[in-house]
Amino acid sequence: MLKIIQMTVNGKNVELAVDDRESLLDMLRNRLGLTSVKKGCEVGECGACTVLVDGKTVDSCIYLAMWAQGRHIMTVEGLKEANGELSPIQQAFVDEAAVQCGFCTPGLIMTAVELAGTGKKYSREELRRLISGHLCRCTGYENILNAVEQAIEGNSCI
Amino acid sequence: MYDIQNYYQAGDVEDAVRTLHKNPEAVLISGGSDVLIKIREGKLAGCSLVSINGIPELQSISREDDGTIVIGAGATFAGIAGNEIIRRYIPMLGHAVDQAGGPQLRNVGTIGGNICNGATSADSAPGLFALNAVLVLKGADGIRELPIRQFYTGPGRTVRAHDELLTEIRITRENYHEYGGHYIKYGKRNAMEIATLSCACMVRLTKQKDGVEDMRLAYGVAAPTPIRCSTVEQQAKGMKIGHGLYEMVGQGVLKEINPRSSWRASREFRLLLAEELAKRVLKQAIRYAGGEANA
Repeated sequence: MLKIIQMTVNGKNVELAVDDRESLLDMLRNRLGLTSVKKGCEVGECGACTVLVDGKTVDSCIYLAMWAQGRHIMTVEGLKEANGELSPIQQAFVDEAAVQCGFCTPGLIMTAVELAGTGKKYSREELRRLISGHLCRCTGYENILNAVEQAIEGNSCI
Repeated sequence: MYDIQNYYQAGDVEDAVRTLHKNPEAVLISGGSDVLIKIREGKLAGCSLVSINGIPELQSISREDDGTIVIGAGATFAGIAGNEIIRRYIPMLGHAVDQAGGPQLRNVGTIGGNICNGATSADSAPGLFALNAVLVLKGADGIRELPIRQFYTGPGRTVRAHDELLTEIRITRENYHEYGGHYIKYGKRNAMEIATLSCACMVRLTKQKDGVEDMRLAYGVAAPTPIRCSTVEQQAKGMKIGHGLYEMVGQGVLKEINPRSSWRASREFRLLLAEELAKRVLKQAIRYAGGEANA
């Protein structure tokens, strides 16, 4: 059954009729055209569909669209700078050659955004653990870690 | 699209209980990280859902005047692991729930769902057993409280009635005050893994910090349900810290647990793990309780 929900998506107020059987992933891709959100395993294991819900990373494939009511959703499309340039976090992934086939990249970038948002410093070991909800099928984890490290470089608190 | 027949978002706990009462086939959904996957796999295909996702009264974590810690059933793993009360008074539980799945899962998965799905592998279960947690269930006929040791009846089965809701988990002060605790999960991977075997321990030491005054030891995946090792716990009381204690515990647990062989691991391997994890978890709990564990 279709129900109308209100939320913000990438900073804009959105009112949308969604099916109550729909995942947040399907809603973002099919109704809003936000195809940075990738459909991978669909059971919450690969992290390709990671988006921020109220600032926290969530696998959008195992999150009902209905639950987005009143919440703030952010995807990679919401990251670009006002002048259309890449955000520093996206740039970090480019600089460190952390992108191979690219399928895991948007999800990992959203995790990096969450980590950068905490303002905390993290050791490389901590970062390994914090990105463990993402699978890179090209196995390019070293460069991904380098990129995440660069992305949170500005973080200062302990 | 998920294969869902009907979906209802409950406004509050009473609403959820009422709706479950009226719909004997409906399935309760909280964080969704188990139920939605079961729907995807076809095990719950075509079900009707009653959602308690996002109900504020289920999400709080607080400490009452008498020191009782109250964890709302809808509190997420990440919410618990990062909570100041948990970190200060029962860090073992925060550490335990921080082992579940991966970061994104811990942002949605709830402790109530972890308990109510009845899995022996639940990362929160051994810790809650070792903390003598009390579960508060709200149903059409009122509220009842029961110790978590009486909650599980078999794999995937609990005493929760269909129209009952786990609302909170209560841990009284005498069950954590002056105790050190630790949890170890053994899995083949460090993340996104279900426990092959897991073990939690709470220990309170003598004033001189050289002997065990009280110990509680619990396992996940060592039996069809999470279990405590009562005989070993009794025997440990009054023992001095040292090799003899560790050997008694390591050998003793083997008489109390009954792991099975599954595709994840054989019974024999789980028995080996059980002995080793018991020793390691006890030593670390002793250290956290202020003792010297290498004696």
